[in-house]
Amino acid sequence: MSDEETPEDKPVKKVGAGGTAPLSKERAQQARRKVLRTILLTGGVFGAALSGYLPLVYAQKPRLRPPGALDEKDFLASCIKCGQCVQVCPVEAIKLADLVDGFGVGVPYIDARSQACDFSCDAVQCILACPTGSLTYKKPPFVGTRPGAQLAAAPILKAKEKDPEPTLNLKERIGVARLTRPEACLAIQGKGFKGPARGSDFKGLMRYMDVDRWKPIPIKDHPYEVEECDLCVSECPIKNAISIETVFAPDGSKRKSPVVHEPCVGCGVCEMICPAEPAAIEIVPREVWKA
Amino acid sequence: MSDDLVDDSPQAVLKNRFIEGIKVMLGREPKKPTVITPEAKKIHFYKKGNRDLIAEKLHARAHAEHKNTWRNRRWITLILANLLFVVSFQFDIQILEGALTASRLIGFHSVDLNSGLQVILAHKHIIVNLVIGMTTMLVFWMLFGGRAFCSWLCPYHLLAEWAEKIHLYLVKKKLVTDQTIDRRTRSVFWLIFAGLALVTGYTVYESISPTGILSRALIYGPGLALLWVFALLVFEVFFSRRAWCRYACPIGLTYGVVGIISPLRIKYTLDGCFHEGDCRKVCLVPHVLDTVIKGRAVNTVIPIGPDCTRCGLCVDTCPTGSLKFEVKGLSKLL
Repeated sequence: MSDEETPEDKPVKKVGAGGTAPLSKERAQQARRKVLRTILLTGGVFGAALSGYLPLVYAQKPRLRPPGALDEKDFLASCIKCGQCVQVCPVEAIKLADLVDGFGVGVPYIDARSQACDFSCDAVQCILACPTGSLTYKKPPFVGTRPGAQLAAAPILKAKEKDPEPTLNLKERIGVARLTRPEACLAIQGKGFKGPARGSDFKGLMRYMDVDRWKPIPIKDHPYEVEECDLCVSECPIKNAISIETVFAPDGSKRKSPVVHEPCVGCGVCEMICPAEPAAIEIVPREVWKA
Repeated sequence: MSDDLVDDSPQAVLKNRFIEGIKVMLGREPKKPTVITPEAKKIHFYKKGNRDLIAEKLHARAHAEHKNTWRNRRWITLILANLLFVVSFQFDIQILEGALTASRLIGFHSVDLNSGLQVILAHKHIIVNLVIGMTTMLVFWMLFGGRAFCSWLCPYHLLAEWAEKIHLYLVKKKLVTDQTIDRRTRSVFWLIFAGLALVTGYTVYESISPTGILSRALIYGPGLALLWVFALLVFEVFFSRRAWCRYACPIGLTYGVVGIISPLRIKYTLDGCFHEGDCRKVCLVPHVLDTVIKGRAVNTVIPIGPDCTRCGLCVDTCPTGSLKFEVKGLSKLL
């Protein structure tokens, strides 16, 4: 057989009483330590992997997902965390979550207050970019649909209203706008607004049709001057999703107030543009339309 | 001896060695071979015999110069590929969009096999684009050597290589020792993560994958998740050499399996080898090089097993050219 053996092959064995060849004390100890280290590493990595559950246990604030996202559980299962949706977004509304999101690390979300999706890509390109169908134009039959999540009709994009095809290829909403702080709303207070909507150091971008159809500009470079604040209505990219209505306050007095309608897709432009601090109107992620 | 009863033809011993290589990849320690071809036996015999090996060795050493050829090629490839991801996004040149987990190369889908597998197991549905991307990568890495993904593309591999240098320095200074771990852990982890994805419906491995975390950090900016990568590197520097790649990473095993039938591999030639073991000292996966130990080569020429990352460090190190890159079948064609 083999001619020579290297030192590492030489058996360090002593012939025991029973004819077996037990390991030397040293070798036995080494083997024991190796087993211990193996258990340590296994436990460590396994523990780290399971720590992904922590944010779920803490039930963190739900994230607003990009348009066309599957329901949360399916979304987290299918997202491959590549960020291609991030890359195509012209206003960089989509961000990738960090460690605090557990299994959601590397998964896209939208922080509407700092940068909402204003559909300035005209065609929901993030959906087109997604390689795994986490963002999808049409949900496959095997994933469930929550009642009220579907849009009654394809939403009409105001910017494309004069185009032959004015609608967005979007079947479901990602959330619904809610007037969460009516006391802060300038319209309800009957106040107007003058100046840049979010101050002069706000970094958010938006596409203004009267400025440039294809190039979103910083909101701080587009100041407003309105007698009665209606920015959430005038800047909403979706047709008939929100309007200013006359409502009656509890004391019987007539007030103006933004009212959200069924076509709302939950894009978050109203939340981003709202001059009140914090915003009077917010997107409730994954909220469905309740008639 | 019962050598007459066993088939010691090169085909038979290489077939055994092929199967052995897969078992070794899954975590078994390499064993001393029992069947060796007569040709190889002859060389083993002569090496034991009366050749002036010391003189030959010194002669070969004198001619051998320290090379980093393959390491440099590999580092350049790895850095350029990862840089291509970064500039594709930063400067919007759209050549390689996405991250290592999934991307579009000039518009064509490519999906990392392990990430794709995790998604399929968690989501339990097959998506066309995902399958297209995975098939492309399957064919690519089958041709280009399976675990070559690790050493030629994975950004964590590069950091771990640098951490390894620090580790080896500390070992030399006797400040730390390399704590080895049972290699079967990696196979167990592969099963655990596949099982977790299937049962929980979350791509659990993707949340701790240093490859994915680093790739995204490079392209989309750093985050807290880098702390985990840093912790792994610290563990490797002070405790266990190349621990993540050697004992834990399921991506490596996935690509290892893909590389089983890859034509691109390292070829070992017994004749010129002095059995000094320099190659085993630099190797990330020295168990694939057990065949270079004196008396262990079962044939005169042996392809190295599928766990090999095709990094080429052994090729650079070998003073006699006994370890070389080979494309199976190509040498016959040329």
